[in-house]
Amino acid sequence: MSAATSAGTIAETGGARYLRHGRPLWRRGLLRTEAAIILAVILLLAIGTAVVPFFAQPYTYSTMILNSAPVLLMLLPVTLIVITGDIDLSVGSALGFSSAIFGLGFQAGVPIAVAAVLGVVAGAVVGILNGVLVTIVGLPSLAVTIGTLALFRGIAVGLLGTTAVTDFPQELTRPVSANLPGLPVPVVTLAIVLLAIVFGILLHFTPFGRGVFAIGLSPEAAAFSGVRVNRTRLILFVMSGVVAGATGVYYTLQYSNAIGTNGQGFELQVVTAIVLGGVSIWGGRGTLLGALAGGLLIAALNKTLQLAGIGSDTISIVTGAALIFSVVVASVAGFLSRRRRGKAAATPAVGA
Amino acid sequence: MTFTFNKSSRRGIVASAAVLATATLLLAGCAGGTPSGGSSGGSSGASEGTSGGGGGSVTVIPKSLGNKYFEASDKGAAEAAKEIGLTFSEQGPTATGSADQVPFIQTAIQTGQKAIVIAANDPTAVCNDLEQARTQGIKVIAFDTDTDCRDVFINQATVDGVAKGLVDMTAKHLGDKGTIAILSGGANAANLNAWVEAMQAMLAADHPNIKVAKVAYGEDQDEKAYQEAQGLMQSIPDLAAIIAPDTVSVKEAAHYLSDTPEYQGKVWVTGLGLPSEMKEYVDSGIVEQFGLWNPEDLGYLATFAANALIAGDITGKEGDKFTAGKLGDYTVGANGEVVLGPLFVFDKSNVGDFSF
Repeated sequence: MSAATSAGTIAETGGARYLRHGRPLWRRGLLRTEAAIILAVILLLAIGTAVVPFFAQPYTYSTMILNSAPVLLMLLPVTLIVITGDIDLSVGSALGFSSAIFGLGFQAGVPIAVAAVLGVVAGAVVGILNGVLVTIVGLPSLAVTIGTLALFRGIAVGLLGTTAVTDFPQELTRPVSANLPGLPVPVVTLAIVLLAIVFGILLHFTPFGRGVFAIGLSPEAAAFSGVRVNRTRLILFVMSGVVAGATGVYYTLQYSNAIGTNGQGFELQVVTAIVLGGVSIWGGRGTLLGALAGGLLIAALNKTLQLAGIGSDTISIVTGAALIFSVVVASVAGFLSRRRRGKAAATPAVGA
Repeated sequence: MTFTFNKSSRRGIVASAAVLATATLLLAGCAGGTPSGGSSGGSSGASEGTSGGGGGSVTVIPKSLGNKYFEASDKGAAEAAKEIGLTFSEQGPTATGSADQVPFIQTAIQTGQKAIVIAANDPTAVCNDLEQARTQGIKVIAFDTDTDCRDVFINQATVDGVAKGLVDMTAKHLGDKGTIAILSGGANAANLNAWVEAMQAMLAADHPNIKVAKVAYGEDQDEKAYQEAQGLMQSIPDLAAIIAPDTVSVKEAAHYLSDTPEYQGKVWVTGLGLPSEMKEYVDSGIVEQFGLWNPEDLGYLATFAANALIAGDITGKEGDKFTAGKLGDYTVGANGEVVLGPLFVFDKSNVGDFSF
């Protein structure tokens, strides 16, 4: 299945890349999965504003972003990893590990800035271990990162035990969850936008990014065409660890709480957002904007349904159903398009 | 060439249409759900969403949904709200992570609730948002587990009361000597940790011949608690008793014991349990006795305290008095605490009398 899919995708992108420029810009820009997801987000917010009581206030947006910030931050590098055909399921545990190290460092009297750096380094350690095991040892990323998921969660919980470090200075924790002056969005929005731009440029406008797509389509072909496959994959895992580590420090300050269980289950929210955003789990296809929009769609869904008084069990069902629906639709659309292309390829041949 | 062009764009259209359809469906579902209030866990008449004019409305946020203990406390809270004439809704997460309750606090703030009654999974992680609620005049009542930022705390039993009840029960059964283990719930739960510490201190001071071999955590999950109970009985050969101060843990410890005849009669299990869940084990003799308070009364008392705060009858300072319906009069103690009452012991004679 996977081989067939990626073979299909190669043919498609190979053939379609130049053809697409024959289409008007607005069609190339708008008729895409991520455009549909963004539209869904806007629609959801519009209908929420119209139908759900108390929705139309700035507080809705500030808390929506505040609640989803960790997932929105961590999904950025993980999207690149998924596009190479790998996966990183350890980001939630990397967040927890970073949080534990940050908290312990702070508790031990290390200056808070240094403790924060230690937290980020802790995340990087998780990333390096993932990267080394995947590239140098050559193990599958799914197995490796499930392993590090358990490993670093265990270490994080073990380091802090039943205690939590909570006495972070208010001068630091307050501004972290405060809004940007004059805007209804929290400070962390800046970080999300900035990182999204950095990773967006890296993925879509640099040779490195083209290498990422090439690896996802076929690692062998990428290697033969000069992409340094393992180096790219290693860099991506380290980036993911660093971002998860930084998110751990941020999360700790946001809730003024360093505890080993921080970020538990976030890895699945990250992957859900990425897949919902139209990134192929087989690699080679997807955009950063789409993944980000997927994360925003889940955040908007949660907020709307919560405000409408829908229980969290139902919200979970809705999110799951939306994900399956979007994946099924994408795959059916892909199947139809491949079938038609097959016929089309046959027809001119006969005609000629 | 033109063929391929058409196909690609058609695919795009299909994808966009599909996502739009999803969004519409979801919204239809959400719009349809609004009038019913939709919060699960058997909350009666949760009519939030309509602007809360009148006597005021209160949101109860349990640690998680689908937990019988909190279903019982919610039932008590709903009953009290009905007696008082408050609009009541119950909203909560399905998981017990430290920040999982935050969105529900935000919703309560946005929908103009007069009071939030919360059993916090983590005493500090919810504080940013609870403080925000309080600055907007919303009263915050903690129950079951204390938080760092509330007006009053409805304490189901004092730490020493619970610890003494369980330790006395166990010491009496063991003849004041032997090796025991403690199987707690969530490792971050402030109340559980306080009881575990108090029990250990009490055992060390008053019962030096009873040794605590290990403290394990069932994390509020059936399967995990079952496995931890299994681990304790297998790894500690001379284990004589397990004290499980958490309803999930004590049920699963009893469950494992009933599945494993070789430990029956050898390991004695007690703790804080729900009569409805423990009845089969008490009836079959696997568990002799266990303790608890009445969670329905706890939710009932918390809601009356919420009402007294909203009405301005109490402010949460020591010595404030209020009346809690059928439970009678209560006085706010030191540090804004209201204590429900002493530990209640269940055994074969009374376990069938309770519905929660």
